Amino acid sequence: MEELYALELIHKGKRIDGRKFDEFRAIEISTNIISTAEGSAKVKFGETEVIAGVKIGTGKPFPDTPDRGILIVNTEFTPMASPEFEAGPPSENAVELSRIVDRGIRESDAIELDKLCLVEGENVFSTFVDIHIINHHGNLQDAASLASIAALRNARLPKLENDKIVRGEYDKPLPVAFTPINITVSKVGDNFILDPNYDEEKILDSKLSISVRDDDKICALQKQGVNEIKFEDIERMLDTAIEKSKELRKLV
Amino acid sequence: MAEYRDVVIPGEKIDGRKGRKLGNGVYQEGEIIFSKFVGVPRIDENEISVIPLSGVYLPNMGDKVIGIVEGVEISGWLVDINSPYAAFLPIAEAVDEFVDMARTDISRYFDVGDIVFCRLSKVTKNKTVQVSMRDPSARKLYGGIIIKVTPTKIPRIIGKAGSMISLIKNKTKCDIYTGQNGVIWIRGEDKAKAIEAILTIEKESHTMGLTERIESLLGV
Amino acid sequence: MKEEKLMVDGKRIDGRLPEQLRDIKMKLNVVTRANGSAEVKFGKTTAIASVHGPRALFPRYLQESGTGILRIRYNMAPFSVNDRKSPGPDRRSTEISKVIRLALGPTIFLEDFPKITIDGFAEIIEADGSTRVTAINALSLALAAAGIPMEDLVASCSVGKIDGTLVVDLNGKEDNNSEADMAFAMLPNKGVISLLQMDGALTKKEVLKLLQSAKESCMKIYEMQIKVLKDFYKGE
Repeated sequence: MEELYALELIHKGKRIDGRKFDEFRAIEISTNIISTAEGSAKVKFGETEVIAGVKIGTGKPFPDTPDRGILIVNTEFTPMASPEFEAGPPSENAVELSRIVDRGIRESDAIELDKLCLVEGENVFSTFVDIHIINHHGNLQDAASLASIAALRNARLPKLENDKIVRGEYDKPLPVAFTPINITVSKVGDNFILDPNYDEEKILDSKLSISVRDDDKICALQKQGVNEIKFEDIERMLDTAIEKSKELRKLV
Repeated sequence: MAEYRDVVIPGEKIDGRKGRKLGNGVYQEGEIIFSKFVGVPRIDENEISVIPLSGVYLPNMGDKVIGIVEGVEISGWLVDINSPYAAFLPIAEAVDEFVDMARTDISRYFDVGDIVFCRLSKVTKNKTVQVSMRDPSARKLYGGIIIKVTPTKIPRIIGKAGSMISLIKNKTKCDIYTGQNGVIWIRGEDKAKAIEAILTIEKESHTMGLTERIESLLGV
Repeated sequence: MKEEKLMVDGKRIDGRLPEQLRDIKMKLNVVTRANGSAEVKFGKTTAIASVHGPRALFPRYLQESGTGILRIRYNMAPFSVNDRKSPGPDRRSTEISKVIRLALGPTIFLEDFPKITIDGFAEIIEADGSTRVTAINALSLALAAAGIPMEDLVASCSVGKIDGTLVVDLNGKEDNNSEADMAFAMLPNKGVISLLQMDGALTKKEVLKLLQSAKESCMKIYEMQIKVLKDFYKGE
């Protein structure tokens, strides 16, 4: 019920935790936190906490891209993280979140998948990004995207011996060319807000998830939320995302 | 009460039985009393109990709570009382006039989303719960906002003979209703300050000098 | 692997003595919207546990009129092990969830909650042996923090035999190459056992000796649990 108060405040130009409309909560990023993963990062936006772990293996490439490595993004909305998450196969929201992260990374060509080919058509590196939600307190999408790119940036390719992986020994860093940043711009009434917390998330009219590459190119868009977006709002939303992405990219 | 007491944990022995009867939050094995909760032990003249520092609201007969109507049925309303157990408000406990149930859409009295201050009039062994508006203080609450706190902290928020809550009401110019189920309804001028004061009491309920800190927060 | 010695000059591969626990860290209420939660680390092994409830239970046929129920889910993050674990439950995690539930169940006053459920979730973020006992310690703290009425806390640890030596708190390498390993949990105040699993080959004398060291280690862990609970609620 705190959301009604959050709404009342936003109409008065304020937020429930005193932030400005375009201000994120305190961001904490710690990398290389899991020794069983080839790359890892924990991202906190205030109380929201997400861990991304990168596991790298080898396998057969997809038939339509025989000379490129494999990238797979998967998210678990662990029932631990929130009373509304349930055990079982990934929910609609978890799958959507994974796919938005995936598109941001894939379409920006952030990972140089062509450098992950070992034997064309036979053997390539496969990169799994697993996103684990630890504490759901709003804006999981941006937190998960940031954790994923931060984890990929510190991932290392395992050492190979006769095409088999030697666990615990590394060859070189995973080739990462760009740092795409996902910024979700939300609209409440006539106001645009960033990084909504849990209570604010319940009062959003509409939102647009925007992935921005280092050169300000937009690499992925997803309109979310049940309400429609106005044509005239899009430019402002893109500008906000481009601006904010620079700030977050510096933290990675 | 203002004196600071140590925090006990589940299974911790509590001294001071001496003929006192067992209150809430404790259990007995042989002659020894143990705590069931992380909480603050309270040993008064004839009872020994532990007040938990966390936990959800479990209904007790006679409690006055704030509920939110979540369903309109044929013969009454389903009320969310911030508990794993939902409550039912029968027409007879809510409306004085005669209601022809065959013809009346009873949502004209209470509708989904309405906030009510009510009394738990019946709680069975299996926790089937009935609430009633037949109480001098019971009423529908209009407008305002709702916040939730740990139910066991409500007595501290009210204070001795209502001293703490009166202070907050006066200094923030707010109407405030406190439900024993941990739900608090606030309407008025400085809601932000009222919320801050209430959440501070919730957080620091078992420390010394709390009243002084709340007074200075409210600018007394 | 088999050739590698696990005990050298009376010391283990990570430098510990046989009866020595790893560095243990405990942190309370790390999941905001749970009723209670805790993170526990035994060396690199990391478990985060949360408790949601007591809460309503649906579908209705799951409800028991005279008592509440306890549900437990133990799960490993895909990146918590060297070879990625594919997400979702498997036979191992199903069994572990069950034995954890039985390890914690006896201590909870479930009869206080007719028809409803207490749900405990443990996520293994990094695994370096002894994950189920780490999860039990985290869940025990999470239950206490959630204000669940309990007879006692539950303390848990692993013991086993490596290179002919009886040891406590096995790490991943020791676990994989042990001659025997035993998962153990107890109610420290009541002095009773609520989890006991062993596999390997041991003499009766060794079993009894291991039980004794498990008990001693659990009492050390219990002291840490008391401290983290008291410090948290005092310091708040």
